[in-house]
Amino acid sequence: MRKHVSFPRLLFEIINTLIFIAVILACILPVWHVVCASFSDAGWVIGHSGLILRIKGFTFKGYQLVFQNKDLVTGYLNTFFYVITATTLGMLVTVMAAYALSRKDVLFGNSIMFFITFTMMFNGGMIAYYVIVTQGLHMFDSRWALILPVCFSAYNMIIVRTAMIGLPESLVESAKLDGAGEFRILFSIVLPLMKATIATVILYYVVAHWNSWFQASIFLRDRAKFPLQLVLKEILVTGDVSTTMTGTANVNTSSLSGDLILYRQTVKYCIIMVSTLPIFAFYPFVQKHFEAGVMIGAIKG
Amino acid sequence: MKKTTATGTAAGTYKKFTFAAIKKDVKRNWTIYLMVLPVIILLILFAYLPMSGLVMAFQDYKPKLGFMKSPFVGFKHFRSFFRDPFFPRLVRNTLMISLWELLISFPLTIVFALLLNEVRSKGFKRTIQTVSYMPYFISMVVVSGMILDFCKSKGVLTQMVGLFTNNNQNILSIPSYWRPLYIGSGIWQGIGFGSIIYVAALAGIDQQLYEAAVIDGANRWKQTLHVTLPGISPTIVIMLILKIGSMMSVGYEKTILLYNPQIYETADIISSYVYRKGILDSNYGYSSAVSFFNSVINFALLFMANKLSKKLTDTSLF
Repeated sequence: MRKHVSFPRLLFEIINTLIFIAVILACILPVWHVVCASFSDAGWVIGHSGLILRIKGFTFKGYQLVFQNKDLVTGYLNTFFYVITATTLGMLVTVMAAYALSRKDVLFGNSIMFFITFTMMFNGGMIAYYVIVTQGLHMFDSRWALILPVCFSAYNMIIVRTAMIGLPESLVESAKLDGAGEFRILFSIVLPLMKATIATVILYYVVAHWNSWFQASIFLRDRAKFPLQLVLKEILVTGDVSTTMTGTANVNTSSLSGDLILYRQTVKYCIIMVSTLPIFAFYPFVQKHFEAGVMIGAIKG
Repeated sequence: MKKTTATGTAAGTYKKFTFAAIKKDVKRNWTIYLMVLPVIILLILFAYLPMSGLVMAFQDYKPKLGFMKSPFVGFKHFRSFFRDPFFPRLVRNTLMISLWELLISFPLTIVFALLLNEVRSKGFKRTIQTVSYMPYFISMVVVSGMILDFCKSKGVLTQMVGLFTNNNQNILSIPSYWRPLYIGSGIWQGIGFGSIIYVAALAGIDQQLYEAAVIDGANRWKQTLHVTLPGISPTIVIMLILKIGSMMSVGYEKTILLYNPQIYETADIISSYVYRKGILDSNYGYSSAVSFFNSVINFALLFMANKLSKKLTDTSLF
């Protein structure tokens, strides 16, 4: 591009680089603190003040204690169930609706589109929703309450639909001439052409379901159905580890409770690690598609 | 960028909802309608039915009696909300958080995208993006757990504040620290991911415009001012409309997870109040009236912002 770089420009670039190094540190350090603390000696962690930037007295003790907590293990399995069911169901209805609404020759297409987008702008509010789901639809303390009401997102549907509108129209028409039905066209012609968008939307759904706790906290009472985040909320935010964990963990080991008191801080860090790792393992694979997905989704005009 | 209208109709085809047209359409497109049917059912059950549940706001709703038999009380709940001693505090706190977000988080996200656009090294840019998107994917529960940890008297935030004030009290027990904490953690979690939309808009700006500007003798600053900003202004306006439309509905998740009675003075917002009154105290009629009031104000704000923007900038959401 340009050979000559002016002094103000150079100064700007140095400052800009420094700003972003600061941003990177600000994003990473809190997470690094958690990583280091989770592997460190409990006594040292408790006495430490400020950020923990290195591992001291490497140990897996905290993690061992985490996996002895029955609530946490059940929560993990429950979350897997909720995420897989809700995402599969959600994706299915999302791509079908998006495909139907991407078609231009449908008489009620616009009306249905308005019907869907209106729900993004106006809603009955938390209480009406709660009363309808629990008392109207009798889903209180049911696993369905964490799947059906939340499995569809209008925002995600718009992302998929916009990507479909971007595909050449002749594609669908020629398939139709060949005698393919609508479902066939959607699943074996249209979807394979938009893997990037689909991957992004799957990630949005998975993350939303994996991280959700509020629905569970208002709809569920039975601890056996609790998703991971709700168990986490009890441990990290509401109560402390010792009461939650001794209440449910194996009682036969008497040394455990002693360890728990010492390790209650470390255990929190281990729990954060264990609960967040699956998302971080998944996210880098999809990250490169974000820009395309977000752009077409958010700007409709 | 491609132009697609929100409704995506084929230009020129005027649709007539005559009986014959409907019959023909249903006959030809019944599979298409079958495909949207699940979504329609889901939305009727979980979006429109709850909207009808808003009649509770005008009732002394009793779960045993249901919507049909609960006695109607007119605007009683609304009147008592306006007379509620907490009413001014709730509205003030909600608006203050929104205003702070509008004045700090919103522009900062745009600045972030603009600065990121100036990073020349591809690898560095990608690293910044990967790292700064990351906090967005950490769950609110975990973020709150981390905030609680950092705000304890030995936590890093308390220590940092202590350097200036010599006070090592838990930050979450001091009302005046709540807003900075809420906004700051919001920026930490959202700035990278929020900037994606602007980064995408920046990538869509025609490069020839920059070349023309260089020929006209514009330096980088002038280019930013006269090419880049106008290029992303539709995006900014749309985001601004959305932001204004949600002024009164500050997210309750973080508030519910982090606040405590000590800092209700600044932390308690309309949605957290609705949660306490409705879900925790089962005061359905009153809390849905509060929530209804909130939704209506939001909808009105969204409409006004949209109208204003249509007039001033020719960009609008609908």
